[in-house]
Amino acid sequence: MNVADILLQCSAMVYFVSMAGYLCYLFHQKDRIQQVSFGLAALAVAIHLTSVILAGINIKGMPIHNLVQSLSMAALAVGGMFLYVQYRFNLKILGLFATGLVSILMLAVLTIPDTPVAPDKILKGVWFFSHIILIFTGEAALGLAAGAGILYLIQEQGIKGKTQGFFFKRLPSLDFLDMVSYTCITTGFALLTFGLVTGFIYAKTVWGSFWGWDLKEVFSVGAWLVYAALLHLRLYSGWRGRKSAVMSIVGFCIIIFTFLGVNLILGGHHQAFTQ
Amino acid sequence: MSNIILIGANHKTAPVEIREKLSFSGDETLAALEHLKQDTQIREGLVFSTCNRLEILYIPETGDQIEAMIQFIADHKGIAVSEFRSSLYILEGDEAIRHMFCVAASLDSMMVGEPQILGQVKQAYKTAVKVGASGVLLNRMMHKSFSVAKRVRKETGIGDNAVSISYAAIELANKIFSDLSAKSVMLLGAGEMAELAVEHLMTHNVKNIVVANRTFENALALARKFKGSAVQYEEREAALVDVDIIISSTGATDYVLTRDQVKRAMKKRNHNTIFFIDIAVPRDIDPRINKISNAYVYDIDDLKNIVETNISQREQETIKAGRFVEEALVSFKKWLEGLSVVPTIKAINDKMTSIVDMEFDKTLTSLRHLPPEDVEALRRMTRAIASRAIHDPILFLRNTGEHRDDSLYLNVARQLFNLDISDSK
Repeated sequence: MNVADILLQCSAMVYFVSMAGYLCYLFHQKDRIQQVSFGLAALAVAIHLTSVILAGINIKGMPIHNLVQSLSMAALAVGGMFLYVQYRFNLKILGLFATGLVSILMLAVLTIPDTPVAPDKILKGVWFFSHIILIFTGEAALGLAAGAGILYLIQEQGIKGKTQGFFFKRLPSLDFLDMVSYTCITTGFALLTFGLVTGFIYAKTVWGSFWGWDLKEVFSVGAWLVYAALLHLRLYSGWRGRKSAVMSIVGFCIIIFTFLGVNLILGGHHQAFTQ
Repeated sequence: MSNIILIGANHKTAPVEIREKLSFSGDETLAALEHLKQDTQIREGLVFSTCNRLEILYIPETGDQIEAMIQFIADHKGIAVSEFRSSLYILEGDEAIRHMFCVAASLDSMMVGEPQILGQVKQAYKTAVKVGASGVLLNRMMHKSFSVAKRVRKETGIGDNAVSISYAAIELANKIFSDLSAKSVMLLGAGEMAELAVEHLMTHNVKNIVVANRTFENALALARKFKGSAVQYEEREAALVDVDIIISSTGATDYVLTRDQVKRAMKKRNHNTIFFIDIAVPRDIDPRINKISNAYVYDIDDLKNIVETNISQREQETIKAGRFVEEALVSFKKWLEGLSVVPTIKAINDKMTSIVDMEFDKTLTSLRHLPPEDVEALRRMTRAIASRAIHDPILFLRNTGEHRDDSLYLNVARQLFNLDISDSK
């Protein structure tokens, strides 16, 4: 076992503790607990990043050759994006969603056997590098948008239904949740757009054509269209609030399916990453 | 032991006409404190007055001075004793301390849990300290009351729940909109209820207020009062495009805003969130509007339901808060009892003895070769040094002089020797 693997496991443990902290915060609402949990999340991301960089140095390339590495990269992206969103908006309770999502991903990373894959010559170069970074961070931002969307729906349900339950005091205002979700969507959408473009360019350099009717490509563009429609409807038909929240969740479900489902069920040239 | 006495009147014992007459303004409080300071019969005093209560807290030099104090209030405010005597409560010792703790923790307020009172109590304390009317005992007691108040705030949900209709409405508005100061309010109907609700909203600094009323003059008058603008009653649908919160209290028998009207308006306002507060009976706002996305309607019954749930929750929290007050009372009394000569001297003695014994035993471990009788002689010597060292301070404490304040010197001594560790929080 090398240093990178040990660090990866360490970071997973810290993520778990951070999630437990956020769960405590949900019930007790003590700022101190939230601060510690956030600090732990930041620490976990730092350890995780170090681990991924070390792994990258080991194989002289991006460690994204199999399912475990992809999941780990996704967890890192969500963690990093959460740190940014929390820093910018201070939407504390989103931490529970983010650390929960990361914890699930890390659990998969720890349990799925890491089958070594021979480094592939084609998985190199600036286009590949930027394609991966942009797609992962973009999808992480969209994931957080879905998280904020879920919080919105919970809070909206309480206010519309006139039942001030457990969450009423614990969640911020509807406007604020909508604004966070919207900002995450615009950020994620921009990153995703550039990610797709760099992907096309990369495909051109490797396979000689921009578009290969690969199923993952098709679904990615499908998800992109859903978000494009959401933004359009929001700007021109006032699709804000509840509708926007539902759309952000639907969009993220398509992304999850694109990320895992397409490879596990349908196949395609992105196959290698999820073997 | 010094007796702490509290004379006061609050919203439970005195009607508002009496409370108004008894209320001390800032300058009057200063003058009263100055007077208490000069009065040789009063050792320490503190005056706390808000629009809902008057509390005079003091420690007499001799006797209880209650009649003198009541006369003092009468003279100071220029009203006859007979007029307010029956509205007063007079508390002594534990009762007085407990009451003051409850006041600071907002358990005695008209709106239990309202947060302003602690600030007011702190201000009264600061004034008393500045004038020099309060002393060691009252200062300590007030500090204790601040810490109880903080604990009650932190560990019970007493300040959390809105227990009045307008508070519940504002709390809702705060969970719908992120920044009320950027929102506009429209009043439908210029009745008293609407006025009350807006006064609450004004403290949250809304951006702009629009008034619509069947009689335009009344709308104008109310708009002028809140520095807003008035629109014709018939313009209300058009006005929906620019406002975010609607408070409705007209006497109309039909709905004054229908679902179709709001649907049209929502399209024009690009589906931005809108919140209707309907305090009219019969209702003004079609309840089906609540089904439109991004529109929220709360009528008077909905708000009453929230308030009732909150009140029952609050009662449970009050029991918990009462326990905190009792705990603080016990700890303050412990300190108060320690603040007499004998326990203080004993505590100083004990502390010195334990220090020399500890140091002596530490040194002894490396002096194993000494015969037992030498060890005994050395132990006697170290103890003698200790008791010599504190001899003069103890002598001073035993006899602080006729006209000096015992509690002051005892308090200093206890602090110098750090005898109240268990109570330092």
